[in-house]
Amino acid sequence: MSALLNLVSILIFPGLLFLLVLGLAGQFVDRKLYARLQNRVGPPWYQPVADVFKLLGKEAVVPEEADRRMFTMAPVFALAAVIAAYLYIPLWNTAPVFSFPGDLVVVLYLLLIPTLTFFLGGWYSRSIFSTLGAVRSITQLFAYEIPLLIALLSPALLANSWSIAGMAAYYGAHPWRWMVNLLGFAVGIVTLLGKLERVPFDAPEAETEIVAGSFTEYSGRYLAFFRLAIDSEAIVSSSLLAAVFLPFGLGLPAWLGVIVYLAKVAGILSILALLRTVFARLRMDQMINFCWRYVAPLAFLQVIIDLVVKEFV
Amino acid sequence: MADSDRVVTVPIGPQHPALKEPESFMVDLRGEKIDAVRMRFGYNHRGIEKGCEQRSYTQDLYLVERVCGICSYSHSTAFVQAVEEIAGLELPRRARYIRTLIAELERIHSHLLWLGVAGHEIGFDTLLMYTWRDREQVMILLARLTGNRVNYGMNTLGGVRRDIAPEMLPEILKVVDSLEERTKSYIELAQTEQTLIQRLSHVGKLSKEDALRLGTVGPTARASGVDRDVRRDDPYAAYSDVSFKVVTADQCDVYGRTVVRLGELMETYSIIRQIVKNMPDGPIAIKAPRRIPEGEAVSRYEAPRGEDVHYVRGNGSEKPERVKVRAPTLANFSSVSKMLEDGYLADLPIVIAAIDPCFSCTDRMVSLRDGVSKDSRTMTWEEVSRMGIRWHRDRGLDFSGLRIRGGAGA
Amino acid sequence: MRERPRRLGAMLEAVLGSLFRKPATIRYPFEKFVMPKDFRGQPKFHSEKCSGCRLCIRDCPAQAITIAKVGEKKFEASIDLGRCVYCAQCAETCPRKAIDISTEFELAQLERGKLRVVFHAEAASAACPEESAGS
Repeated sequence: MSALLNLVSILIFPGLLFLLVLGLAGQFVDRKLYARLQNRVGPPWYQPVADVFKLLGKEAVVPEEADRRMFTMAPVFALAAVIAAYLYIPLWNTAPVFSFPGDLVVVLYLLLIPTLTFFLGGWYSRSIFSTLGAVRSITQLFAYEIPLLIALLSPALLANSWSIAGMAAYYGAHPWRWMVNLLGFAVGIVTLLGKLERVPFDAPEAETEIVAGSFTEYSGRYLAFFRLAIDSEAIVSSSLLAAVFLPFGLGLPAWLGVIVYLAKVAGILSILALLRTVFARLRMDQMINFCWRYVAPLAFLQVIIDLVVKEFV
Repeated sequence: MADSDRVVTVPIGPQHPALKEPESFMVDLRGEKIDAVRMRFGYNHRGIEKGCEQRSYTQDLYLVERVCGICSYSHSTAFVQAVEEIAGLELPRRARYIRTLIAELERIHSHLLWLGVAGHEIGFDTLLMYTWRDREQVMILLARLTGNRVNYGMNTLGGVRRDIAPEMLPEILKVVDSLEERTKSYIELAQTEQTLIQRLSHVGKLSKEDALRLGTVGPTARASGVDRDVRRDDPYAAYSDVSFKVVTADQCDVYGRTVVRLGELMETYSIIRQIVKNMPDGPIAIKAPRRIPEGEAVSRYEAPRGEDVHYVRGNGSEKPERVKVRAPTLANFSSVSKMLEDGYLADLPIVIAAIDPCFSCTDRMVSLRDGVSKDSRTMTWEEVSRMGIRWHRDRGLDFSGLRIRGGAGA
Repeated sequence: MRERPRRLGAMLEAVLGSLFRKPATIRYPFEKFVMPKDFRGQPKFHSEKCSGCRLCIRDCPAQAITIAKVGEKKFEASIDLGRCVYCAQCAETCPRKAIDISTEFELAQLERGKLRVVFHAEAASAACPEESAGS
């Protein structure tokens, strides 16, 4: 019985199906908000769904030069990693589907896999634009990943637990203590833009420079999977940020908890959309400069704050 | 990540999202740095100059207009000015003023378009959306004044085709006022937005000496401190009656070109206000003969992109003997490879966009002379076709299924 | 330009303001944009005024118009909307003002043949798109 329950949790709720639906809804929220901020109308609510169906119906061309196995498996791995990460994040209560001490680090590793698949997919496409995009994806990792990791690990220091569920329980027991981590939250949002490859950090996917970067040669169902993986990654990362930095409202009754969770995720997505609107794209070297000069020190500062609070409170 | 010994060639073009028109830039890259750029043009050649020789002057008005969509009035006016000079026609004052008005309105729409495209090239789509929304005001105004949003069809030999009704003058001023507010907000944006300044500054550097040596014109040259503007140096239409500043900058980079174009927008608003205030009464055209006498004329015009030169030779008939168009982008594009030296690939789209390229304007006929014999040769269609097949066959392509019309295979 | 303090996200206020304004988009085809009254759209030919001088053909830059004599002092015109550049030179040149410029611009067709509009001599202002023989 427990196995069946687990299977349903993984595949339907809050696993694969729920995550995909949320991912498409998140894409809609992002695109609609982006459009309205630019004084445009934006797509209707069913646009992301329609896009997926359209892509599934199109011919999937695998370039002759490409390594067929890597090319076709990369999107699948991206999606799988993202779903696996989602299962360890507490959403509207302190009990995610699975939990064990240290799962915070595992989730961070799992969320690294999509970027690796972008690199592998682009590299094995063997097209010049894909290669450039792939290389940029990996290079960008050096800029944002360290501040992101540090920012995400600092609340864990305070909570004395390396499992996200454990952290959620700690902050649930000490209300308002999560406010200490708001600096980390800001760092998390900025580096999330890098992880999700959004403006101003979307050099790997710079349309006007390298066509579509790693995704240049992708079409049909492979592209659909990559898009779904990216949308889901947005939801998973936002949920992670919400669970780590905004762990309030976790003791509420289920229906209210769901609303609070959705509001948190929608709020983070809205901030991401707003940031996407007001900035230009930074060049690779400018981005690395910016992240190491300003963002990383702030992340370190957050660690110090947490250590101080832990010592004296 | 830069494997500095390996050089990779990236084909930017002929089809590429960065380019609005087909042109080919073969970029040699080391890591992210550009080693060399090889440019090839000609994808937009349509045979307009030849077409002009086969049509009457009246028909040519509309053909020359369609050299380019954005600077169509530049070409139309430059052409018609050259023809009027050959025919010795003296334009009524009102016609000159109306030409200046439409010319400046075109400059507004072109610069706002450029601002949007520049924003898009650096990933700042919001700027694209806002500038093009504001540009709609000018497009609608031009549609009301001239009958079309582009390709205005406003010029005729000896003047303009349509008059500006007196009730339109306050409308024009309203649009100018509104756009001036918007332009001020864009100027503020260019001065304050950190990511924008970072992307545009120290990119595409072109010193004043290089600008003069390579023959750049227009805002590209003025951003390097070259103080040249045909409207002031060689006034045409009503420019001798209006006072305006020629905007230059000394940053010598893409940011300077942005600053120059924004400054020119502000000057344009002032010019339009002067024109509207001082619009003289009178006829809008004088009767022009159908046959233009023998003679030749060169006419210069300050298009939004720079100096546009038209040469027309008449031979006493209804059709011109020769029409030659030297678009500003032809003068500017040789500076692109200089600007891209030691640059990053990421800067390539914005550097190309910063000269405001219009390759539809540029691709005209050029005569080539053989390097050794100093001879230039004409070939018939069949000869060209056979030469092409021979060239490709030498490189391994199979043409067994091909039939050549009108001649034996090579 | 004078130096101003730099900031990140200078368009923030403008962008947030747009959230509370109506979008600038015209939802075509549910909302139509009405062209100004002098807009140069499709030319219309009035057969009763035509004298058959064919000056319009001479001045058309695109060879879009042809005039055919269908009877004593009766002419019909056929305009190829695919070739026409909507310059209105024909209307200006015609000494009898037999050509009028309308503001219609939604002239796209799925078949090239339908782009040729014939203005018959009898029912003077009726235009029918059809393949005209031998034009």
